[in-house]
Amino acid sequence: MVNEMLSNYSDMAFATSVVIYIAAMLLYFAEFAYGGRKQSARTREAHLVTAGAAESDSSTGERVGRIDTPSKRPLSERFGGMAVSMTVLGALVHAASLVFRGVATGRAPWGNMYEFGSAICLAAVTAWTIVLFRQMRAERRESSPAQLRGLGGFLLLPVVLLLFLSGTVLYARAAPLQPALQSYWIVIHVSAAIVSSGALLFAGVASVLFMLRARHENNPLKLARFGSRLPTTQVLDRMAYRATVIIFPVWTFAIVAGAIWAEAAWGRFWGWDPKETCSFIAWVVYAAYLHARATAGWRGVKAAWINIVGLAVMIFNLFFINIVVSGLHSYAGL
Amino acid sequence: MSRFRSLLAFLRNTWRGLTSMRTALVLLFLLAMAALPGALIPQRSLNPAEVDKYFTEYPDLAPVLDKLGVFEVFSSVWFASIYVLLFISLIGCLLPRCLEYYKQLRGRPVRTPRNLTRMPHHASATVSGTPEEALAAARRRLRGWRKDEREDDDGTRSISAERGYLREAGNLVFHFALVGLLVTVAGGKILGYEGQVIVLADGSEFCNSGTYNYDSFRAGLSVDGTQLSPFCLRVNDFDAKYQHTGQVASYRVGMEYQSGADLDAGTWRPYDLQVNHPLRIAGDRIYLTGNGYAPRFTVTFPDGAKRTQLTQWQPMDPTTMLSQGATKFDQPGVTDDVRRRQTQLAVTGLFAPTAAYQGKVLSSQFPDLLDPTAAVDVLRGDLGLDSGRGQSIFGVDQKMVESGRLKKVARENVRVGEEIRLDDGTTVRFDGVERWANLQISHDPFQPYVLGFAVALIFGISASLSIKRRRIWVRVAPAPGTGADDPARTVVEVGGLARTDQAGYGEEFTRLAKDLLGTDGSDAESPGAASARGRKS
Ligand code: HEM
Repeated sequence: MVNEMLSNYSDMAFATSVVIYIAAMLLYFAEFAYGGRKQSARTREAHLVTAGAAESDSSTGERVGRIDTPSKRPLSERFGGMAVSMTVLGALVHAASLVFRGVATGRAPWGNMYEFGSAICLAAVTAWTIVLFRQMRAERRESSPAQLRGLGGFLLLPVVLLLFLSGTVLYARAAPLQPALQSYWIVIHVSAAIVSSGALLFAGVASVLFMLRARHENNPLKLARFGSRLPTTQVLDRMAYRATVIIFPVWTFAIVAGAIWAEAAWGRFWGWDPKETCSFIAWVVYAAYLHARATAGWRGVKAAWINIVGLAVMIFNLFFINIVVSGLHSYAGL
Repeated sequence: MSRFRSLLAFLRNTWRGLTSMRTALVLLFLLAMAALPGALIPQRSLNPAEVDKYFTEYPDLAPVLDKLGVFEVFSSVWFASIYVLLFISLIGCLLPRCLEYYKQLRGRPVRTPRNLTRMPHHASATVSGTPEEALAAARRRLRGWRKDEREDDDGTRSISAERGYLREAGNLVFHFALVGLLVTVAGGKILGYEGQVIVLADGSEFCNSGTYNYDSFRAGLSVDGTQLSPFCLRVNDFDAKYQHTGQVASYRVGMEYQSGADLDAGTWRPYDLQVNHPLRIAGDRIYLTGNGYAPRFTVTFPDGAKRTQLTQWQPMDPTTMLSQGATKFDQPGVTDDVRRRQTQLAVTGLFAPTAAYQGKVLSSQFPDLLDPTAAVDVLRGDLGLDSGRGQSIFGVDQKMVESGRLKKVARENVRVGEEIRLDDGTTVRFDGVERWANLQISHDPFQPYVLGFAVALIFGISASLSIKRRRIWVRVAPAPGTGADDPARTVVEVGGLARTDQAGYGEEFTRLAKDLLGTDGSDAESPGAASARGRKS
């Protein structure tokens, strides 16, 4: 049976994490908005000098999550540091919310749309944190920490929206699973789908920012302030690409695992159920993205468009197919 | 002659166009677009009732869409033509690539370019030791790489090394797995079948001896129903557990089966059939796909003759299991056709496992059998069973009612044990309720191969996307200006190139270069700077 106390803890942790994410988002945006001249000057410098040489002037104590030398750092940068700390904190609280729900119900905490949406957001935030920490490592750094953190707010924006939707419209009380979901495949299939959706959300955001930055790079007068504070198109493009490359096999696995499960639960491994169809479409679109990246004349803006279309299909798959279209996946708990 | 040649040219160009990456891209897009209506518009194969509803809602649009095959996207000609073109393009791409790959595997790594500074990654340093020593160290460091050593024209010696051949192998495996998937899925459509049958959970049996035993049967293209795998099932009981909210906690069908030698020996083996746990026998799979109630009615005719019928009724609402149906009776001992057609009875209406009333109208408030009640009309007259028209087991022929040949003679709510008395003294007793299970029997001999290709697909794409194909060259030359008495010094130069995406090779190259040059880069051209250059390419 459901443990009410733990399920209440889970709800509280969920609400807390949303608040922390909102704070983190505002801090990211604050840094982005007030980054000021000094910073964009430094950014420009970082492009002129090769990345190796740029180390020396930007490595002045910008260790992520550590705010040990606040006095020397400009306010905006301190905002950025705080934003990163808040992101990590939010993710921890968010993870606790999922764990509580899992323990409260004695099952994987992703059996309905509320839980599923929440888990996707955690995956997206985790993906973002990993990228951030990896890119911050001096030997990899390709853009200034401030530019990198500039992505943070734009990632958290959809995350906060999605969490808000999950916590309100889609909210479902902790409950046991219906028979079709009582299988260990729910751990395998759905966790793979969650990780993929989260990472692809990050990739999609990177591609959207890529388009904006590309407009700026093509004509520096356009989006002058906004664009100049983003990482270069190259960096954004590569972030989107690498996230997609890493996650495409996982997404493939999620679909195959779904098919294996469907063979046991629904009596056939593939039947063009709306969710299956839409997953297939998303898979094809991402395959097209990978192909586009390898086709002369399709890299850059065109590829980024395809990635954005991919994200759109994923979101459509999540909301429209679960809520509007009736199919075998319609046990979203609405 | 020239016409022949231009035809050849045309074919060649078409082939080239079709097998180009760009065409594949466009076809991928078309495929995604073409599948879209399949997700948005009800599909006949999945949900015929929704399709009918679509026709009534959009009477003008629906017939047009129907002509275009939008209600059967995945068996439509245009969908098929897109994926056939895609697969032709794919195979056209693959064959030359296999050949190319084979050649690469047999060939030697590419010889060291004259000017290594032109490479995207480059570093050099002067180290102590002879060129031979430097080469030996490089050889050791590059263990696991495919290497080739050559002496260049100017007398310098170099190693060219390459790594990551599995990338292309993974890629080829992935694409062949796609073709394999298509072929094996198609095979299943040809040789497979799928049938549905309702079996009452009172010890009733089902034998897979012919398609007539099924309520519905979908045969593969070359299945005629004469070669079904032989087995028999017997359903003894059905057990459903519910939470207090009415949500289902579990279903379990207690059943027995026999197949193979058991059929002759007459042995039955027990099996607990549950959702997610199909029974797999004789190459077939048996699933529990639905359930419902079958009320049992006994009619006692005025002459004392009794008839008992147990007929499945159809659930209308899966959460409350409110069901509807019709249980039909012939009066026994009536041989005269005309009289028979005046005395047939049908007990039809609603059944609620847990009764609730909205006014006088029966509904159900819980799916389990807490207060089983039926709200029935008893009809008498001609059921129309001899009319030649097929009729649903869940209802009576409305034409008969409209024409007055089937008349309502009673309307009442009955609970288990209660009976209805008709004007002529006939009684209809509601004896109790049995449950039934809807079983699906599926057969697809290709399924294991589909799984095999799907697994190959995952491994192939993982290898293809995670492995980098990269090259490194090491050139050694005696440092100029070293006299015979000085300790030997050697200029070592390394260059690197990632054949696919440059991302990520920079770091590995930096590490390699550091080891190969045996310095921390102090008197080398900064490897960091060199790899940064690489990233821009
Ligand atoms: C070929 C078969 C399948 C495919 C392609 C597939 C695809 C997907 C995808 C893409 C998602 C995640 C995304 C989203 O909502 O956007 C998902 C989620 C999910 N799938 Fe499947 N699936 C398949 C079979 C199954 C089966 C057989 C079950 C269980 C009986 C199942 C249960 C779930 C559940 C519980 C979720 C979590 C999400 C939710 O509540 O909406 N899936 N599936």
